[in-house]
Amino acid sequence: MKLSALHQSYLNRRRSPLDSSVDASSKSFLAVFWLVLHCLCCLISLLLGFRFSRLVFFFLVSTPSSSNLYSPPFRPDLPPPRIDLTPSNATTAEAKTSSSRVVVGRHGILIRPWPHPDPVEVMKAHRIIERVQREQKAVFGAGAKGSRTVIAVTPTYVRTFQALHLNGVMHSLMLVPYDVVWIVVEAGGVSNETASIVGKSGVRVIHVGFDQRMPNTWEDRGKVEVLMRLRALRVVKEEKLDGVVMFADDSNMHSMEFFDEIQNVKWFGAVSVGILAHSGNAEEMVMSMDKRREMEEEESSSLSSLPVQGPACNATDKLIGWHVFNTLPYAGKSAVYIDDVAAVLPQKLEWCGFVLNSRILWDEAESKPEWVKEFGLLNENEGVESPLSLLNDPSMVEPLGSCGRQVLLWWLRVEARADSKFPPGWVIDPPLEITVAAKRTPWPDVPPEPPTKKKDQMSLSQGNNNVVVIPKHQQQQQQRSSKVRKPKRRSKRNKHEAKPTDTATQVSSSTKHHQERN
Amino acid sequence: MKLRSWVLIFIACNLLTFSTISAFRLSRSQPTERISGHAGDVLDDNPVGRLKVFVYELPSKYNKKILQKDPRCLTHMFAAEIYMQRFLLSSPVRTLNPEEADWFYVPVYTTCDLTPNGLPLPFKSPRMMRSAIQLIASNWPYWNRTEGADHFFVVPHDFGACFHYQEEKAIGRGILPLLQRATLVQTFGQRNHVCLKQGSITVPPYAPPQKMQSHLIPGKTPRSIFVYFRGLFYDVGNDPEGGYYARGARAAVWENFKDNPLFDISTEHPTTYYEDMQRAIFCLCPLGWAPWSPRLVEAVIFGCIPVIIADDIVLPFADAIPWEDIGVFVDEKDVPYLDTILTSIPPEVILRKQRLLANPSMKQAMLFPQPAQPGDAFHQVLNGLARKLPHDRSVYLRPGEKLLNWTAGPVADLKPW
Repeated sequence: MKLSALHQSYLNRRRSPLDSSVDASSKSFLAVFWLVLHCLCCLISLLLGFRFSRLVFFFLVSTPSSSNLYSPPFRPDLPPPRIDLTPSNATTAEAKTSSSRVVVGRHGILIRPWPHPDPVEVMKAHRIIERVQREQKAVFGAGAKGSRTVIAVTPTYVRTFQALHLNGVMHSLMLVPYDVVWIVVEAGGVSNETASIVGKSGVRVIHVGFDQRMPNTWEDRGKVEVLMRLRALRVVKEEKLDGVVMFADDSNMHSMEFFDEIQNVKWFGAVSVGILAHSGNAEEMVMSMDKRREMEEEESSSLSSLPVQGPACNATDKLIGWHVFNTLPYAGKSAVYIDDVAAVLPQKLEWCGFVLNSRILWDEAESKPEWVKEFGLLNENEGVESPLSLLNDPSMVEPLGSCGRQVLLWWLRVEARADSKFPPGWVIDPPLEITVAAKRTPWPDVPPEPPTKKKDQMSLSQGNNNVVVIPKHQQQQQQRSSKVRKPKRRSKRNKHEAKPTDTATQVSSSTKHHQERN
Repeated sequence: MKLRSWVLIFIACNLLTFSTISAFRLSRSQPTERISGHAGDVLDDNPVGRLKVFVYELPSKYNKKILQKDPRCLTHMFAAEIYMQRFLLSSPVRTLNPEEADWFYVPVYTTCDLTPNGLPLPFKSPRMMRSAIQLIASNWPYWNRTEGADHFFVVPHDFGACFHYQEEKAIGRGILPLLQRATLVQTFGQRNHVCLKQGSITVPPYAPPQKMQSHLIPGKTPRSIFVYFRGLFYDVGNDPEGGYYARGARAAVWENFKDNPLFDISTEHPTTYYEDMQRAIFCLCPLGWAPWSPRLVEAVIFGCIPVIIADDIVLPFADAIPWEDIGVFVDEKDVPYLDTILTSIPPEVILRKQRLLANPSMKQAMLFPQPAQPGDAFHQVLNGLARKLPHDRSVYLRPGEKLLNWTAGPVADLKPW
């Protein structure tokens, strides 16, 4: 359509020379020239896909600009600009009108010579984004409510599962959006093992040693842990740490909302703890569940059948009592020794369900309420069982987490066998002597095993490495073939059997245990 | 003589103290900052009691019947004219006695003749406006008293009272001759343009307040997008070659920054558009066929700093809101260097702009909520009208004086509607 308009204009231009009677021959030559030029332009436009004649006009008419940008504004349809010729005696700004610098019509699309991101500017932009987000956090996030330091108290000791548990707690504390002071009390004295784990946390750590060694029964362990926690509270008192004290036992799991919720505590608060009394024996668990259901049907238990320990409130959200974990189904079947394959039961009231304002522990009793005992005068030998012993009046405890309806953390106790060994620092040094390749390796240099009479043994370890979780019915087979299973290809393996079998038996026996504990 | 000089000194001292007081009030207060316009804190002014508005009772063919024919007019960006009438009918500034009125309002919906796509056709609007004015001129004496100088009209269309969507044609037509003396409340604003006359009040386009409220996300969601834009870059339907649409500015944005990871720009229509704006630091508000855009309103509501790419644009309530402090203005010729411009803004300036945007009175001034709330766009319009009072003596014509030419304009406009 636009092409036909141009065509028309050319035709009009052509017609007028034709109409004049003066020098018709030169005029007709001009007309033919224009026609030829027009056809040429049409063909080129068809090729290019756009009307390039305007570009030609632009290059001919406008002055070349010195800037690097190509196609600066081109004004074919310029409306008469508003040039107001007011006399110079106009003093006020309103009377002085200038012509609009914005023109209607076709403009060029300005593209700079290298339209790609500049890395320096990208970095500047990221710094801006970071600054803005920091400001947002300060306004809306943690800083908004007045953030108090979280003082985490963790009793620990060196054992196989310490790395598992302590890393879990450490990662939770690293994610806390408030300041954290982590008091790690270690039974058996300060060790490099623990120090190397907690040193990676990036939060402020107070690593305290405790002279006693951790005993082997759960009951005694609980008592020693209480003493260790009191030791940590004494540290809080001496260093005059200010914040909210929470007890992060090293095998617990905390939700992030827990840390937000405990900011609201005034003096002494309690939260609901999910109790995961894990027994390790699948059949036993099923049985205990059935038994529990029977018990529920028989009697209306005042003890709640939910695995939760925490504050109980009445309808007006006032504390009236405590939900305690129901230990009846586990009567007589609970674990005594730390590595027993049985349910590990919590104490009546676990320490982890309580949080306190660190000022309770301080010496000067300025703003401490009267229902709090003086911490310095506490006699540990009197048997402090739960943090409620720190209070004169346990009814003044504040229930947190919408009055205990929200379970904000979970309690779980899992430990390894008493004789389980682990490489110190979890670094295998010196390296293991015999490394056995997995059955299915991606590397083709090892020729595939020809089918032999050891086929039944092969089927056992198909698709896995040497340590597998084997279903029960193959357990005996596995025991028989454990010694032979791994060193298959090299016959001289049997000479070295002394060493590998140690680890092999250890590994295989622990797989047996793993399978049982599943 | 001596007394006069002492009085002048006294007044000068007062002005000084007032300016220092306002400067003190601008000191940091988390997280918002008070907005101080050129005339003081005018955003919080209450127009009730400062003016009286008389609303003409036009036959429903000028307003209600048009709305009944197409209820889409209530939700598109030109809905301000409809809501203005509804607000004025129930507002305390309304008076039923035209003798005591300072301003007269003519409720005629000129932007409600919609295509199937939803875009308004302005072809019949001049005739409609003309017919309405003839009606009020013949039935009430107030138009002839001042030839419309104390009347105001709401013309939210692309180029205001020029009544055309194409800029060349709009400039060619100019403002409707009959509206030469009236005050126009319009969304279009560009300096030294035919379609913006002296004394007009620029308002923001209509954006649905409830819809935007329902898409708010928590303030602590971190702003991780640097620059955000969703919309057309080329209008292939109307401008296949490119270069006319947005004066080539939107196309320049695309060509220069389409592979820049800091610029989240595309032509998609995501359902999370409002949420994404709240996660962005800068929101581009380039011109389209007309310089104004509802993106400005959305950016202000969602706390995203507007980057205004439209030469000589006049933003809504420019005499009350210090847009230079709130948004970033980029010339169209500087678009290829947009990334340099934006990254070189110091972070403190960016934080200050965000604090100004967080001011609730700022957000309220951009909205047309129903029912009207104090400080919203309706009240700002009334504030603007109140600031123009009292009327100059020249507003009232001497008997027999005629300034308007009733036969001016294209012949097609003179046909009755």
